[in-house]
Amino acid sequence: MSPVLSAQGLQKSFGAVSAAADVSLDFDADTVVSLIGANGAGKTTFLNMVTGYLRPDSGSIQFGGRELVGLSPRQITKLGISRSFQMPQLFNTMSVRENLLVAESIATADDPEAATDAALARFELERYAGQKAGVLPEGIRKLLDVAMALSSRSKLLLLDEPTSGVSADEKFAIMDVVMGAARAAGVTVIFVEHDMDIVARFAGRVVAFYDGGIIGDGLPDTVLRAEEVRRYVIGEEVPHATA
Amino acid sequence: MKAAAVALATLAGSIALALLAPQWLVFMAMVVLAKGIVVLGLLVLMRTGLVSFGQGLYFGIGAYAAALLSHRWHVSDAAAMMVAGAAAAGLVAAFLGLLLARYREIFFAMLSLAFSMILYGLLVKSAALGSTDGFNLHARSFFGIALTAGTERQVFLVAGSVCAVVAALLVHRLFGGHWGRLSTGVRDNELRVTYLGASPYRIVYVNYLIASALAGFGGALAALAVGHVDPEMAYWTISGEFVFIAILGGTQSILAPFAAAAIFETLRMIASQYAPNVWQMSLGLAMLAIIMFLPGGLWTLTQRWRRSA
Repeated sequence: MSPVLSAQGLQKSFGAVSAAADVSLDFDADTVVSLIGANGAGKTTFLNMVTGYLRPDSGSIQFGGRELVGLSPRQITKLGISRSFQMPQLFNTMSVRENLLVAESIATADDPEAATDAALARFELERYAGQKAGVLPEGIRKLLDVAMALSSRSKLLLLDEPTSGVSADEKFAIMDVVMGAARAAGVTVIFVEHDMDIVARFAGRVVAFYDGGIIGDGLPDTVLRAEEVRRYVIGEEVPHATA
Repeated sequence: MKAAAVALATLAGSIALALLAPQWLVFMAMVVLAKGIVVLGLLVLMRTGLVSFGQGLYFGIGAYAAALLSHRWHVSDAAAMMVAGAAAAGLVAAFLGLLLARYREIFFAMLSLAFSMILYGLLVKSAALGSTDGFNLHARSFFGIALTAGTERQVFLVAGSVCAVVAALLVHRLFGGHWGRLSTGVRDNELRVTYLGASPYRIVYVNYLIASALAGFGGALAALAVGHVDPEMAYWTISGEFVFIAILGGTQSILAPFAAAAIFETLRMIASQYAPNVWQMSLGLAMLAIIMFLPGGLWTLTQRWRRSA
């Protein structure tokens, strides 16, 4: 089966810093992939290149047979790639319902009201529906951010640190809701995450970034145990095999 | 339903005013209507988070387009003049909007001010357009129906009211739905709008067009009221006046611009009657009081009454 998203030979540098050094990745349909890596390893740069926010210096990104490099974020969104943000990007003066209504009205021509009600239910946001987005607790803001991204035309959902800024005991509950909704919508999910428990629990595949390159790619069990990943990503003190 | 009732009441009021009120009051009602329409356009822009300090540009264009029709091409039909005012303003906005829609906040405000001052400068220098004196216009018919002398303003007032009510209802309808939420979305968070697949640039551009066409219509109406146009209609003080009225009324209702314009003109009339040397100061103090005690504009008073009732 051909991959949903295929990146080949992506290069991107900011001055002397290489944020992507020949990154090539394929993503299959209906999988949940986690991107891990220390700050500055190139995870968010990868998301930004896929969504058109950054243009790679070289390389190509194919999505459903279309080349994404050179397209604007808006054009890419229209193709069915949606994203959430590390800092939730909401319409703070509008209610939760109105936020979702804007998202659904842009995405679908037919019955955005019904789609909004469905999204409210799917993300368990009904009891917040009338509240202004600006006054919500962080966990709910995160959920709303994902709910807005996951509209009826999404095929690929990119989540940038969906649990950052959320208290430890809320993280799993939020991810359960998000992943349940993604599964119900039948979308492919790529998420950037720092919490390895979340990664181990929700990802079917893990890609580890280090210094703009990829140092691990495979099943969570395998990747999270690899020596380099433990040293450079998780930050454990790993004795050298030869020592 | 409620909107329709308010619309009918407004129309009935303006017809009564046209039939019963003395000439000076009919004139003042036209000016209020003209400015109210311009400010309605400002409210449209404010929904997207933008304040234009240069709506005098389109007010002036609308007024001069109407007057030129009479002066240059000897068209004396008021309906044609109103259409010409809105169309000329819309045409210029379609062009300038391509540039202005890229700017936000103070940059948008200052750039719009700059364009209005360019027009002012051109008008002042243009001898063919009467320079600082401007020139007169004469409207003697409406939709081809000749008007008997003395009834022109009454007819224009009613016609202007009909157009204003229609414009206000359209704006009300447009901004009560998806387009209104989208515009607020641009004000709140453009990044999110982009990543939902809509274009903030296009939304700002369309709202700018609407605001400008309304300002052009208001300009034509003002020209018909006064029977004369001059470069002051494009001067920055008049643009400031529109922003003043918008803040005075608040942005909660499409009725607020008209109510605020009426209060503004009344205040100005009283102030220039009883304190001719300090009327600007009187208006300034009124503005200060509004900002301090009713930052949401006068319209918030109606909400307070409703809540306490």
